[in-house]
Amino acid sequence: MTRNRTAGPTRRELFETQQRWRSIRIAATSTVLVVVALIVLVPLAPGWAKVQQSFFNGEVLVKTFPKLLEAFKINVMIFAWSAPAIAVLGLLIALARDTKSPALFPLRIFGAAFTDIFRGVPVILTVYLIGFGIPGLGLTRPWNSPYIWGSLALILTYSAYVAEIFRSGIDSVHHSQRAAALSLGLTEGQVMRDVVLPQAVRNVVPSQMNMLIALQKDVSLLSFIGPVEIFRQAGVFKSLLANFTPYVGAAIIFLIVTIPATRYADHLMAKQMRERR
Amino acid sequence: MSKLNLRNVVKRFGDRTVCDGIDLTVDEGQMVCLIGASGAGKSTVLRCINLLEPIEDGEILLDGVDISVPGLDPQSVRARIGIVFQSFNLFPHMTALDNVMLAPRRVRGRTRAELLPQIEEMFERFGLADRMLNYPDQLSGGQQQRVAIVRALAMQPEVMLFDEITSALDPQLVGEVLDVLLMLKQQGMTMVMATHEMGFARQAADKVCFLQNGRIVEEGPPEQLFDHPRQDATRQFLARALK
Ligand SMILES: Nc1ncnc2c1ncn2[C@@H]1O[C@H](COP(=O)(O)OP(=O)(O)O)[C@@H](O)[C@H]1O
Ligand SMILES: [Mg+2]
Repeated sequence: MTRNRTAGPTRRELFETQQRWRSIRIAATSTVLVVVALIVLVPLAPGWAKVQQSFFNGEVLVKTFPKLLEAFKINVMIFAWSAPAIAVLGLLIALARDTKSPALFPLRIFGAAFTDIFRGVPVILTVYLIGFGIPGLGLTRPWNSPYIWGSLALILTYSAYVAEIFRSGIDSVHHSQRAAALSLGLTEGQVMRDVVLPQAVRNVVPSQMNMLIALQKDVSLLSFIGPVEIFRQAGVFKSLLANFTPYVGAAIIFLIVTIPATRYADHLMAKQMRERR
Repeated sequence: MSKLNLRNVVKRFGDRTVCDGIDLTVDEGQMVCLIGASGAGKSTVLRCINLLEPIEDGEILLDGVDISVPGLDPQSVRARIGIVFQSFNLFPHMTALDNVMLAPRRVRGRTRAELLPQIEEMFERFGLADRMLNYPDQLSGGQQQRVAIVRALAMQPEVMLFDEITSALDPQLVGEVLDVLLMLKQQGMTMVMATHEMGFARQAADKVCFLQNGRIVEEGPPEQLFDHPRQDATRQFLARALK
């Protein structure tokens, strides 16, 4: 039997194509079934009309959405100044924890204590304690602003997590890289800055993206100490209109930002997995 | 006076003695090959010479000066001794050119512009002229290893150490890397290399040392060590290695 290798798909390719179509058909069928069930069954529930009225009210949504978007600018603003501060502080703490020089021993201890404390306390508690506590010391304007101290609470908490991620990135750089750099006569500091850190940071970009997404959501916690950001604004509308739809609107605005970001982080993660084979 | 001198060097990892009193003399311009089974301690000897591993006992003299004194600043010594590893260890986030320039810039304070002509010339000499701006993962194993050699040479070391630098290469790429070593030998570089390439050791070495269990069991010129080994252990090793 002779077969021309270049003409037409091989037996295996044919089989795989067939399998692929089979999977797609099954997935499509089951998706349609689930969606239809939801559409048909949910409205049959006894409380549906009331839920629809108070959570999915189109009129309320249209009316409140622009204001919610407006309030979301505050979230973006707090995010925009917190994120760089977190990156810098997180990196400094990671470096402090990995330092070997005995003179910097206190720094190492401090770094360890810092990460333990701020990873161990719920974010909302930190926000309360710092956000109410520090202005309570009798600071005057503008230094009693909840924006400052609320942001600080976020920065401290997130730096603790980000520092740990940087540390795992530093560990992930193979020790032979350090040996190669040292063997050329570089100092420990130069090895860290020029060889280890650039690779470490690249290795943890996807994980840090996920931290950014979490931060974007946690900015809302500041609403508990004052700033009228989107969550607080939705709450105001809820009381005003006696309707929960503004919360749904807020959720939609968050998703518009976080879904693409999450997809992108996953894409980066998958790409890195592939590169490492 | 010899260029490099190891006297009774002892290295332990925990309670495992990996170098058990190594004595080794390397004269200026000599090429010394370390042979021996895997685990004999060849890599460790090289890493000790470059101060990547502290030694427990003995001394290592470079130009007659003990470089193994505890507390001595290792950077200045490492800048004088280059090492090339089996696994290349190029920095993956830098181009070949930046890999080579990093140490001269940081350690010697030279600028890119100053370095460029001389480094371009080296890339050319090693057959890498069109590879300068490639990243390591765009290079073949043989090219990567030659870049690693250029990187070490760019510091203008007085001694070069090579740790089985062809072991990770496809057989057809081994030759291009060994040719580079012959070239260095001609230029009078002092070299110590751990190798499994017995043919190369016989052809190029001035002295061959056979290591076993952290000791130099036998050493001598290649003709003597390969053709008339005096120790049973050497004979047995060679019988297996040359099969
Ligand atoms: N960092 C280390 N920690 C513990 N043991 C080591 C370390 N490096 C090497 N060894 C051990 O030392 C012995 C000699 O290793 P090595 O010098 O790499 O031998 P060779 O290069 O001749 O194969 C081996 O048994 C190895 O397991
Ligand atoms: Mg080895």
